Amino acid sequence: MTDGPALLRATGISKSFPGVRALDDVHLDLRHGEVLALVGENGAGKSTLLKLLSGIHRPDAGTMELDGAPMSPAGPRQANELGISVIHQEFHLMPDLTVAQNIFIGREPRRAGLLIRDDELERRAGRLFERLGIPLDPRQPVAHLSVAGQQMVEIAKALSFDARVLIMDEPTAALTETEVATLFRIVRDFVSPRTGVIYVSHRMDEIKEISDRITVLRDGRYVDTLPTAGTATRDVIAAMVGRQLATGVRPEPAPGVADREVALAVRGLSTRALLKDVSFELYRGEILGLAGLMGAGRTEVARAIIGADRSSGAVEVNGKPVTVRSPADAVRHGIGYLSEDRKRYGLLLDQDVVRNVMLSSLPGMTRGGFVRDADGRRVAAEMVDRLSIRTPSVTQRAKNLSGGNQQKVVLAKWLVRDCDVLIVDEPTRGIDVGAKDEIYTLLTGLAAQGKSIVVISSELPEVLRLADRIVVMCEGRVTGTLANADATQHHIMELATRFGADRSLVTTGGDA
Amino acid sequence: MNVTRLGNRQQLQQLLAFGGLVVIFVFFSVASPYFLDWANVKGILLATAVTGIMALGATLVIATGGIDLSVGTGMTLCSVMTGVFLANLGLPLVVGVLGGLAIGALIGLLNGLNVAYLRLPPFIATLAMMMVAQGLSLVISGTKPIYFSDVPGFGQLAGGELVPGLPNAVLIFFVAAVLAGVTLSKTLTGRYALSIGSNEEATAISGVDVRRWKVVIYVVAGLFTGLAGVVMASRLNSAQPGLGLGYELEAIAAVVIGGTSLRGGKATILGTVIGALIMATLTNGLRIMSIPQEWQKVAVGIVIVLAVYADMLRRGKEA
Repeated sequence: MTDGPALLRATGISKSFPGVRALDDVHLDLRHGEVLALVGENGAGKSTLLKLLSGIHRPDAGTMELDGAPMSPAGPRQANELGISVIHQEFHLMPDLTVAQNIFIGREPRRAGLLIRDDELERRAGRLFERLGIPLDPRQPVAHLSVAGQQMVEIAKALSFDARVLIMDEPTAALTETEVATLFRIVRDFVSPRTGVIYVSHRMDEIKEISDRITVLRDGRYVDTLPTAGTATRDVIAAMVGRQLATGVRPEPAPGVADREVALAVRGLSTRALLKDVSFELYRGEILGLAGLMGAGRTEVARAIIGADRSSGAVEVNGKPVTVRSPADAVRHGIGYLSEDRKRYGLLLDQDVVRNVMLSSLPGMTRGGFVRDADGRRVAAEMVDRLSIRTPSVTQRAKNLSGGNQQKVVLAKWLVRDCDVLIVDEPTRGIDVGAKDEIYTLLTGLAAQGKSIVVISSELPEVLRLADRIVVMCEGRVTGTLANADATQHHIMELATRFGADRSLVTTGGDA
Repeated sequence: MNVTRLGNRQQLQQLLAFGGLVVIFVFFSVASPYFLDWANVKGILLATAVTGIMALGATLVIATGGIDLSVGTGMTLCSVMTGVFLANLGLPLVVGVLGGLAIGALIGLLNGLNVAYLRLPPFIATLAMMMVAQGLSLVISGTKPIYFSDVPGFGQLAGGELVPGLPNAVLIFFVAAVLAGVTLSKTLTGRYALSIGSNEEATAISGVDVRRWKVVIYVVAGLFTGLAGVVMASRLNSAQPGLGLGYELEAIAAVVIGGTSLRGGKATILGTVIGALIMATLTNGLRIMSIPQEWQKVAVGIVIVLAVYADMLRRGKEA
C-alpha cells in the first residue's frame, strides 16, 4: 500500500534488556509528509523503539531504512546527521547553561577556532525562536525556565538540525493549552513532502487532531496501524489494552469491605509540583490499586505519604492523625514503602540477605550496642521459609538473586519491622512472568493475614489481578475509584486519560 | 519564576565573597596598624599567587563535578623537574620553564585518562597521582632541595618587579586568572566543563565527546599546576621536594569559598581569585594579630564551612 519507499521504515525489530524482552518483531513505517502517532500502554515498548531509531540503543534483530537506504545510527549525533531528531520524554538539558548554549551544544561558532562567539550563538537561537514563534530568551539559564519552557528548548533544539524525521515522545505532558497549540503549529509547519513526524502520546484528543495514522504497540509487539480518520477512540484503546485479558484471574470479592477498619486514610494530599487534593482510604486486609499513566502522580502519592517529599494534607493511621515528616516517621507508624527502583532504593546489593532483612530493624537486634548477627540470621531464615525466597543461603549477596527473590527480600525487610501498611510501587517491574505470579500470591496472602497494601502499578492486568478496589489518577488528581468487580481495563484507561476538563477525552465506552 | 530575581541572587553570591574579603580587610586594618603596610599587602598577594594559580586549574576540574587532589604535590614535582632541567641539566631558561609546564600537562593527561577512560572516580585518580607525584619528587631530588643559584635570571621570574612595587609572581597570577577566565567562559574547554558538570549524560547525548574533553580539561588544569610549580621554584629560588602536601586542600578551599560548586556546572574564576585572597588575607591577618598558627587553622576551617553553607542555601532556594 506504499507508493515508493517509506520515509522511515523499521522491520522485524527486536530488543532485549537483561531480564526483559522490550520489543519483539515490531514494525513501523512513516510515510513522507505524514504525522504518525505511536501509542501503547506504559511498557508497550514505545520509548525503546524511539531509542533504537535515534541510535541510543542498537536493535538485536531487524532492519531500519531511511528513504529505502538501510541505516543503523551508531549514536544520537549520527542520527541527527542522518536527519532524525528526537525529543525525548526525559529532558536532556544542561540546567546551568543558557538556552542558546544548550541548543547549539557541540556546534558552537568560534572566532579563530578558539573563542566561542556567544553573540552569534544567541543570534542564531533568536532567529530560530522567531521562525518557530517561541517566546524564549536565548540568554536565560535553562534552570530558570518552567518545565514547559524547557520542553520548548528541547523542541527548538531538535528543529535546529536540518531534520527530515522528527520524533516526539510525549511532548505535551508539561504544556498548557496555548503551548500545545504552538507545538501543533510548529509540527504542521514542519511537515512537508520530504519530512515526517512520529508522535508518541497518551492523549487521544491530541492524536485525533494532529496525526494521519496510528500505530499501536502492546507488550513489546506490533498490534496494528489504523487511519486516524474513521477510527473511533474506543477502538484505539481496545487495540492498546487488548481484549484477551477480560478473563484473567480476579481477587475474590471482599465481603463487606466498608465495615472494616480504615488502616490508612489520606485526605487532601497536595504537593506544589503535581498532586492536587488526593484522598482515599485503605481498609485493613485490603489491597488497593493505584493506577494511572506515567506521570499521573502515583509514586508521588507514595512519597508524600511516607514523608519523602513535602506535601500538605492529612494522613491517618488506624483512625488517628499522624505527622509524617520523614520515611523514618512513616516506619514508626508502621508504613513501609517498597520503591519501584528496588536496586537503588530497596536493597543493599552488595550485602547478604541477612543484612538486608535486618536493616530496618537493627535497633531491636542489638545487645549492649552490638549488633546480634545471630538474631538476624534466625529472622532471615524464617523469612526465607515464609516467603519461599529461593537462595542458596541467607549469606548470599542480594545482587546474585533473581528479581523476584530480590523483591521478596525487600518485602521481608518490612515484615520483620512489623509494618502493617505496605506501599508497593511496581512490585513486578523487571521480574519474569513466572515469578510475577509468586509475588501476586504472596501479596494476596499477606492481605489475608491482615496487612493492608497499596499496589502502584502501570500494568492494568496486574492491578485487576490484585486490587480489591482501584484508585485511578490523572495529572495528580484522583479521577475515579472503582471496585474490582466494576473495573475493566477499558474503564481504567478512560479515567487515566481524563485530562483537564477542557481537553478531556471524549469517552465513547459503554461499560461505565 | 522570576528571572531577574534569580539572576540577581547569583550576582549576590559574587558580591558576598567580595564583601567578605572587604570585611576581613577592614577588620584587620582596624585590629592591627601594620596590616595595611604595602609590604604586608604585598606579602598577602605573594602568598595568594601560588595557591591561587593552582586553584585556577582546580576550578576547571571542579566545574565538571570532579576534583583534583594532585595539584599540591603535582606542583612540587613540576618545581623539582624544573630544577632538574635548569640546575642539573643546565638547559636554557625557556626550555626549563616550558619543561616544567609540560610536566604539569603530563600529570593532567594521566589524571584525565584515568578519569575518562578507566572511569576511575576523580577523587581516587587524583589521590593516587598526589601520592605518585610526592614520591617521585623525593626520588628524583634525592630528598634534597635543588637550588637555582647558578641559573641566572630564574629567581627574577617571580621575584622581579616588571611593574615597580608589584612582584612578578602576582602579575603572573593575574594574567593566569584572565587566561583561566577566558578559557572557562569563552572556549569549548570551559563550555564543555560546565556542560559535563551540569548534566554529563545530556552532554554526551548532544553529541559531545565527553571522554576526550575531560582529558583536555585535566590537561589544561595540569598546565596551571605546572605554572604554579615554576612560580614556586622561582620564588624560593629552589625546588623543595618536601613541600606541597596540603596545598591542594587550600586551593580547593579557595575555589569553594569563591562560589564554585563541588557538584559541578557552576564555576567562577573571579570567585576563585577572591577565595584565594580571602584564604591568604585571613592567615596573614591572624598572624599579624599574633594568633597562634594552630588557631589560624581553626579560623580558616570555620570560614570554609560558612562559605559552603551559604552556597548551599543559595542553591537550595533555586531548586
